[in-house]
Amino acid sequence: MNEKPKIAIFKFTGCAGCQLEFLHLEEIFLDILELFDISYWVMVKRDNDETGWDISLVEGGISTPEEIEEIKQIRMKTKFLVAFGDCAIGGCIPSIRNWTPQLDAESQVYRDTSVIQSTKVFGIGEYVKVDAILKGCPAHRDTIVELLKSALLEIRPRLRQHPVCVECKFRDNACLITSKKMACMGPVTSAGCGAICPSLGRECEGCFGPMSNPNTSALASIFKDLGFNEKDIKRKFRKYAGMSPEFRKEAGH
Amino acid sequence: MGEINIDVNYLARVEGRGALHVRIAKDGKVKDLKFRIYEPPRFFESFLIGRRYDELMELTSRICGICPVAHQITALRAVENALGVEPSQQTKDLRKLLAISAHIQSNVLSMYFLSLPDLMGYESIIPMTKDHLHIVKRGLKLKKLGNDITDLIGGRAVHPVTAVVNGFTALPSKNKLQVTRKRLKEAKQDAYDTVDLFSEIEIPDFKRKCEHMAMSDPKEYAINRGRFKSTEGLNVDEMNYRNYISEEQKSYSTALHSHVKNRDSFMVGPLPRVNINFNQLSSDAKDATKRSGVKFPNFNPFISHLARAIELVHNIDESIEIIDRVPLKKERDEITCKSGFGAAITEAPRGSLYHSYELDNNGIVRKADIVPPTAHNALNVERDINEFVKNILDLPLDEITLKCEMLIRAYDPCISCSTH
Ligand code: SF4
Ligand code: SF4
Ligand code: SF4
Repeated sequence: MNEKPKIAIFKFTGCAGCQLEFLHLEEIFLDILELFDISYWVMVKRDNDETGWDISLVEGGISTPEEIEEIKQIRMKTKFLVAFGDCAIGGCIPSIRNWTPQLDAESQVYRDTSVIQSTKVFGIGEYVKVDAILKGCPAHRDTIVELLKSALLEIRPRLRQHPVCVECKFRDNACLITSKKMACMGPVTSAGCGAICPSLGRECEGCFGPMSNPNTSALASIFKDLGFNEKDIKRKFRKYAGMSPEFRKEAGH
Repeated sequence: MGEINIDVNYLARVEGRGALHVRIAKDGKVKDLKFRIYEPPRFFESFLIGRRYDELMELTSRICGICPVAHQITALRAVENALGVEPSQQTKDLRKLLAISAHIQSNVLSMYFLSLPDLMGYESIIPMTKDHLHIVKRGLKLKKLGNDITDLIGGRAVHPVTAVVNGFTALPSKNKLQVTRKRLKEAKQDAYDTVDLFSEIEIPDFKRKCEHMAMSDPKEYAINRGRFKSTEGLNVDEMNYRNYISEEQKSYSTALHSHVKNRDSFMVGPLPRVNINFNQLSSDAKDATKRSGVKFPNFNPFISHLARAIELVHNIDESIEIIDRVPLKKERDEITCKSGFGAAITEAPRGSLYHSYELDNNGIVRKADIVPPTAHNALNVERDINEFVKNILDLPLDEITLKCEMLIRAYDPCISCSTH
């Protein structure tokens, strides 16, 4: 093989959890270093090469005018651009504030809002073309590995489309909606985590974002029948992916 | 000597986006100094308003991917203080184990990945794999141990899911805890080696007496609870935090800067913890400290690395103690909502973390107030650099710059946290 593929990892408006998930690949971390040239990663490296990359993993949403400019620059210097986690896909938890007038949000935190440069937070796809997305908050290690493998083989990564419920059934869990009347988001949430929460007695909160073509209104009416009010239901959908076209209706205006 | 301008536009090997600018006049006086945090703010304190009390651990977890557990436990305890709920001893124990696992992970990350390359003369840990593979491997192994325990207790390493108000939704299996216990025992030597490494490695000789602060408890090495104490005599109940600590906005930083009211900046983190709570460390951690030859209390911020290593020894010991006593019985009580105010402080890996909430009758948040460790430390970082830089002015500019960066990294700032 000729040169190692060059990887860059960027941070925008997010929590660094997705970058941490990458670092948590301890067992194969040394192998990754053998196979790839991680040439830009400010959280880990002091010498960073900004000339261009084969793969850029972008963590975080876009919420300032500078970030808009930066993501465009990165796109121009990148062959394969990945939205790394829910923040980069659609803003994730920080997007909850998109329903608050910007100045209200700012003045809640800062006395002098004139020095604060901030806009509503969107995914990077709002501004540039994205070649692949890694769902999850954080994106799952296994999907990171899948992406890296397929990059080496030069094939499309296989990333899942079905709901959490399918993984939940594989694990033989009793359904929390029917057995415990809990408001589980599993039926509309993308698989990928292995149904972590329902396997541990907790409802899925939707942290992998929407599956493809979810029936959100059907789930909302089930929640209503379980006794949840309209505001509760809105809060459920206005969380990890409130800005997504799939959840937008239930997330409200 | 001419004027000196230090400009680091994007600080490397720290979490988040920050810069450092220092202007030094010809006479050696610092004219201007900015630890400029430009990480975009995310306005958690705004959008948490209107959310439910039982979502707070999950939502505030996303303030930080390196210390999600600290935010989760602080949020849970603040809510419990508002509702007047006292969790069981088992819940307290499992939370402590969860918090300790996060400390192991985060402190190892800071020591081995973020700061060791400076001290050994590398740009990052990546080229170190060639010359010091055994050290890199030790770091990876210790970090994985921390992660795996978070995963076992919390269900996942980053943003775990099982800790809820007044309990856990699921308990770890006895077998898996025993396997973990064995790994902890084996890791002890790696922890000692870490103490040796950081006591032998050369660090800048610098001391600045300032107020150090940490949670403190006479009965245990405080992480999740205690009283907020300082080396200058502060001794505060967490519910009264706001009577003592204020924040100020600086035009050049999206992180607010904390100070003690009518006093000055202060430091939080592993060094203040070891300074204030030395007596509560495990006997092996105390012995390891003795062997290191370094005396505490210590006011060299670069000793923070060694403090992390000493804590690592203690954290392994305390994890084993908890595993040996936790009964693992099923328990979980229902909670009733009521209106009220609750505040909590815990020790995140990087230092004291404050959350408070005002809840209405339905358990909906009406006001939220969050102060992460790096907001506590920001002003103190500037004070330290202001002193430190004067001692190193005869070095070439790139070395002055690197040394200033190293001082910032000794604090292990978590910038995303600070601009929540
Ligand atoms: S997707 Fe989640 S884990 Fe990743 S950066 Fe955003 S908040 Fe953090
Ligand atoms: S518990 Fe949730 S994820 Fe599992 S089957 Fe029921 S709805 Fe689906
Ligand atoms: S079950 Fe749902 S909330 Fe839990 S980790 Fe999976 S996708 Fe996220």
